[in-house]
Amino acid sequence: MKKVTYRNRISKVLGFSLLAFLLTTISLFAQVEVAASTTESAADTAGGDPVQGKAIFNQNCATCHKLVGPHTGPELANVEDRLAKEGLDREWIYAWVKNSAKVIKSGDVYANKIFNEYKQTAMTAFPTLSNTDIDNILAYTAAPPPAPPTLRTEGPNGEPVASSGISNEIILWALAFVFAMLVFMLMSVNKTLRSVLQENGVDVEKESPKGLPLWKAFAKNHFLVLVSVIFLLLGSAYFAYGWMMQVGVDQGYEPVQPIHYSHRIHAGDNEIECKYCHSSARKSKHSGIPSLNVCMNCHKTISEVGPATLAEGKQYGVDYNKEIAKLYEAVGWEVETQSYTGETQPIEWIRIHNLPDFAYFNHSQHVEVGKVECQTCHGPVEEMEIMSQFSSLTMGWCVNCHRETNVQTEGNPYYAKIHEELSKKYKVKTLTAAQMGGLECGKCHY
Amino acid sequence: MASNKKYWKSEAELNPNDSIVETLRQNEFVEEIPVDEFLGDKENLSTTNTNRRDFLKYVGFSTAAASLAACEGPVIKSIPYVVAPENIVPGVANYYATTIANGFDFASILIKTREGRPIKVENNKEAKVAGGANARVQASVLSLYDSTRLQGPKSGAGEDVSWDAIDAAVKGKLNSGKQVAILTQTYASPSTSRLISELKAANENVQHVTYDAISEEAALTAFENRYGERALANYNFEKADVIVSFGADFLGDWQGGGYDSGYSKGRVPQHGKMSRHVQFEANMSLTGANADKRVPITAQFQKVALAKLYAMLNGSSVGGELPSESQSDVQKVLNGVVAQIRKNKSKAVVVSGIDDVNVQSVVLAINEMLGSEAFNASTPRYTRQGNVKAVEGLITDMKAGKVGVLIVDGVNPMYSLPNAADFKEGIEKVDLSVTFSTNWNETTAVSTYAAASNHYLESWGDAQIMKGHFTIMQPTIKELFDTRQFQSAMLKWMGSNQSYYEYIKETWNTSILNGSDFNKAVHDGVFVTSIETITETNENADPVIVMVASDKEDAAIAMVSETEGVDVTAAVRSLSNTTGTEGMELTLYSKVGMGDGQQANNPWLQEFPDPITRVSWDNYVTVSKADAARLGLINENVANGGLDGSYVNLTVNGTTVKNVPVIIQPGQAIGTVGLAFGYGKKAGMKAEMQTGVNAFALYQNFNSIQSVTIEKASGMHEFACVQLHKTMMGRGDIIKETTLEIFNTKDHAEWNHVPQVSLNHQEVPANSVDLWDSFDRSIGHHFNMSIDLNACTGCGACVIACHAENNVPVVGKEEVRKSRDMHWLRIDRYYSSEDTFEDDNIEKDKADGVGLGNYMFGDREGDGSLSTFDRLEDPSANPQVAFQPVMCQHCNHAPCETVCPVAATSHGRQGQNQMAYNRCVGTRYCANNCPYKVRRFNWFLYNNNDEFDFHMNNDLGKMVVNPDVNVRSRGVIEKCSMCIQKTQKTILDAKRDGRMIEDGEFQTACSSACNNGAIVFGDVNDKESKVAELKDNDRMYHLLEHVGTKPNVFYQVKVRNTTEA
Repeated sequence: MKKVTYRNRISKVLGFSLLAFLLTTISLFAQVEVAASTTESAADTAGGDPVQGKAIFNQNCATCHKLVGPHTGPELANVEDRLAKEGLDREWIYAWVKNSAKVIKSGDVYANKIFNEYKQTAMTAFPTLSNTDIDNILAYTAAPPPAPPTLRTEGPNGEPVASSGISNEIILWALAFVFAMLVFMLMSVNKTLRSVLQENGVDVEKESPKGLPLWKAFAKNHFLVLVSVIFLLLGSAYFAYGWMMQVGVDQGYEPVQPIHYSHRIHAGDNEIECKYCHSSARKSKHSGIPSLNVCMNCHKTISEVGPATLAEGKQYGVDYNKEIAKLYEAVGWEVETQSYTGETQPIEWIRIHNLPDFAYFNHSQHVEVGKVECQTCHGPVEEMEIMSQFSSLTMGWCVNCHRETNVQTEGNPYYAKIHEELSKKYKVKTLTAAQMGGLECGKCHY
Repeated sequence: MASNKKYWKSEAELNPNDSIVETLRQNEFVEEIPVDEFLGDKENLSTTNTNRRDFLKYVGFSTAAASLAACEGPVIKSIPYVVAPENIVPGVANYYATTIANGFDFASILIKTREGRPIKVENNKEAKVAGGANARVQASVLSLYDSTRLQGPKSGAGEDVSWDAIDAAVKGKLNSGKQVAILTQTYASPSTSRLISELKAANENVQHVTYDAISEEAALTAFENRYGERALANYNFEKADVIVSFGADFLGDWQGGGYDSGYSKGRVPQHGKMSRHVQFEANMSLTGANADKRVPITAQFQKVALAKLYAMLNGSSVGGELPSESQSDVQKVLNGVVAQIRKNKSKAVVVSGIDDVNVQSVVLAINEMLGSEAFNASTPRYTRQGNVKAVEGLITDMKAGKVGVLIVDGVNPMYSLPNAADFKEGIEKVDLSVTFSTNWNETTAVSTYAAASNHYLESWGDAQIMKGHFTIMQPTIKELFDTRQFQSAMLKWMGSNQSYYEYIKETWNTSILNGSDFNKAVHDGVFVTSIETITETNENADPVIVMVASDKEDAAIAMVSETEGVDVTAAVRSLSNTTGTEGMELTLYSKVGMGDGQQANNPWLQEFPDPITRVSWDNYVTVSKADAARLGLINENVANGGLDGSYVNLTVNGTTVKNVPVIIQPGQAIGTVGLAFGYGKKAGMKAEMQTGVNAFALYQNFNSIQSVTIEKASGMHEFACVQLHKTMMGRGDIIKETTLEIFNTKDHAEWNHVPQVSLNHQEVPANSVDLWDSFDRSIGHHFNMSIDLNACTGCGACVIACHAENNVPVVGKEEVRKSRDMHWLRIDRYYSSEDTFEDDNIEKDKADGVGLGNYMFGDREGDGSLSTFDRLEDPSANPQVAFQPVMCQHCNHAPCETVCPVAATSHGRQGQNQMAYNRCVGTRYCANNCPYKVRRFNWFLYNNNDEFDFHMNNDLGKMVVNPDVNVRSRGVIEKCSMCIQKTQKTILDAKRDGRMIEDGEFQTACSSACNNGAIVFGDVNDKESKVAELKDNDRMYHLLEHVGTKPNVFYQVKVRNTTEA
């Protein structure tokens, strides 16, 4: 009964490959899971809402305090913990915030110490803040600082994480579990049957010790070799294709620019509207790199940064004041005389977002008509010290967005008629860009 | 069994001691292999530092370096403005109104600029006069970026000099006491006139001579004699019901051109009426091709015919012989014309292009006599002011050594003067000559200094195109090079610190604007002075001849004009006595594409196929079929599809132009030949652009009609002709046409017959059968284009506009010859084989059976279809002509889309057949499956490729590229996109502004370039739109409707006014 042994071997091979398959896939999904979880922020602490806290912080405290690093006042990250070490409780903080002068006057040791440390600059009294408000602020300061943008470190292989993946993952995990159970059950059934047979005295043919080793049997089976070669080739072709498709995709491209320009400071800390500088995004296909006269609207008066900002720059190995000086040189501005010399030198920025010539993209349409936030495509620019390419800018990425994004038809007379007719045709209330014909080749390629 | 036979290679082998045999036996190669040449001598080898190992190291290193370097993507830089100009938003086009006034072309135009670069010429719709840009004006933007332009002043020897040197030299000579001659183009510019008169006032030796390369001397003189002003009468053909032309190519460049727009408006049948156009001419001109009745006769007989017409109109009689063989025909036509003029009187107009003062005087007299509404002498045109006598006087003075300083601007006399040798002799005797020119040319080469001049798009200027119609030229880009315009230089030499801009502003504020705002005039580009001031000054221009009651032929005419010194009767008498000259009659003409040759270095114009002959990159002598047979001249198509033609030598008065290629031209009057100006330029031109022969050498006495002797020369010329098939072979459904009579009296089903196909064994209209399910196109925009074959004159402005808008590459003569031209829009020209296209259709329908047997035995006259079609291939001696612009028809059921293996071409909901170039793999299935043959294949990389040294291989020439349209690479198909970049722009702008789109906002490059209203583009889902109305018109038909492609382009049936009397 040779066939029996054969069947056994096949099932072993299959079982082995199934296991191997499951193992690899599990690790794959695990990666996705990890990546997804990093974006989640930490949970709240000791009562108080960090979200509200942030709002109050930005409104009242941010002019003088920063979370990390000194400013006019001390840094506030984990301030409660630090004060606890000094033996000061929350009540003290309430009192300090509501009227710090009173606390100092009362002769409190720590209060006087900190007052002198910060050049005796009195902190504004906030009698309007309730205890709950202060709790919220403390909750916000106690939260760990935001994780650095993960995608920048991911390198060119990173793909945008699908937000709708969670339900899929659960299903896949459940499937993996079911498969594992099946394997286990099969093995136990096999074992039980064997023992039953043995008990019944049926002689199960043992694998003969002289039998061929597994790889030899595999090598001998031409059909199996052929199939696995085909699978191997197909598999490698798949990965090769995936790798090749990255050619020209410069996600994460972060070149060294002639001037170390920090979007984090301008758009993040100073909250300058993107379109204040990139004004042509409103009316042109190009967002435009601001001309230097736009920079000078503010930098005529801001010739150097505050000490705190300067210290921040150290982290990035840059002296912001020197960067501002580069701007002055390019635009021909003399700080001493506060006048233009007339000698200018255009700045050769290195272009980050390079759409190929054969693709037409119009900023004003997306920003003005579609009301798409700049961050949707360019990522959290306000957190980027150095600008980098956030999205892949591939056609798939464009098309996906056109499929998912609704057209802002309301209040736009242009769309009135076509919206009415198309929504009737597709029986929908809102229309995606794709339904408007946004997937036609000629809409972007001409 | 092996043979022992021995084979001898030569007799010498028989001799065993022959040394040569021995050597040959030993050495395989007779000659020594030049090893040393390859490797160098031994000494060389031993002294070199590179040994074999080093060599391998180098190879290895360079391979590795090359592959590593290839891994890194390019670093692309973005350089913003330091201080951004207020009006420039990167990515948004700005339009500026300006004017071209180069002495030959005068037009008010708009210039589209992107990021400060002029990239396209558009018509200025605000301008009531000369607001249309012809093909040359459309192409002029490319001449701005000509890489052969003078980039700074040079000496005549070609060495760089500074402006200071020229300034010093001129200032030193201006007051030397000798004559200061200024030889210029026609400016028609109030400011330049003022400038020169101020110069004259300051320096009595100054003499200004205006010179037109192609002269209108006769017309100017006749007008001056009659009305006392050196100008040209203005015509409005829109108001004419009967147009009679004696050799006037008024749809071309006749008297400055620009008359086609009005003509076309009168040609579209409205309320059952359209104008009737009769043309007497020798060459087949664009105008003759559009005529309802064309009579091919020599200029000599045209004069006689004109005299007879005059006599018949005023009831007198003159002698004169009409051509004997067709006398009755010509007389019949003349009788018909007279009858029609009588019926319409003030609605008729007569024009002539013959360079003869008598002819022009008679024409003016006739128009006045008729009181023609289309004729206007009170607001004449100033676009030609050349004075032949003054030019000849200047040359005499120069030769006599009287001229101290010669300043030349805008003209190239060394190229365009028939007596260039005299000019050369003269200029050598001039102390100082300064020639302003944008390019190095024949005249700069003989001048002391070549003053690098501005292109008109870099210049300030103004022009009075018609009395009271002023236009302003403003720069649309800063000078690209170290150049200076003539007027600025003159101001400097006169010692003024004013800029020419300030000077113009002063001129306008003081004498033109009458209180209006100068900036508004600059913005609009045009300014019209109030009507009162015009009519006030021209009251004396009332009709001076009165025509008496038409029916009484014996009634006399009061010849008031004779008292004014213009003896029309004598002129008529002299015309009627015109006798023929010996030899053939040569009519020199200017081509729509090349004009007087100013832009001969413009590759767009060189590649532009002539509307009549469809030949690009050449000029040629046009010969009638009968004369060609007599002289043994042939045209033949060779194996690669190219057209070849014989050479002839042309001799006029002892001047010979050798090796002129021959085109056999249907419709050419027997006994005449034609030759175009503008070619044969050599100096300062790229080798590829040095095409054709210089016809100016034969332009003796500035008369375009010359007596010529022709002799055949040896060899065959290779033409680049884009249309080899000349007739429609009786397939009347390509260009449908009918007569006005049928159009007015019969149902459109009869004259605009929808082709029938068989469905279930029943004849049904082709447009009712559908192989595919139709898409629902009722929602959103659905673009359609209407092309009116009545309004289209075939001028080709749309072809160049398409070129400019869509970055269509220039491929060069060799490639065009191989039918690899890239024009997205072509204008097909068809001749009828019989006298009319209708006769062709009848002839075709008469064909009975195959008739193979008869055909094989040489019967070309039989009824068999083989012999019929054989005959139909030949155009008639005086054929009817029809033009048909054909671009991608954007079929709703496109045959190209279904065969593309990679789905590179697909259909948009808005009706456009889209082409994704980067998806195309170049199988060319689509081109093969296209019934209209409008798809073009990029056989080569035409940009950045020095093999195609036109404009896309240098940074300067690339500045004309439209940044909104892709520049295609090698190996992909391209075609008309229905200017999707323009329709998208319109839609996107409307979305952003939050408004509906109005009719007329959607335009393509061709529809906005067409000043004749032949091409109308728009959204048919907008029921109010003009194109929707045209789609429901009775004249509407689709090209090749029986194929069932459901195109989005449709045509309007051509209607001819064949009313004889």
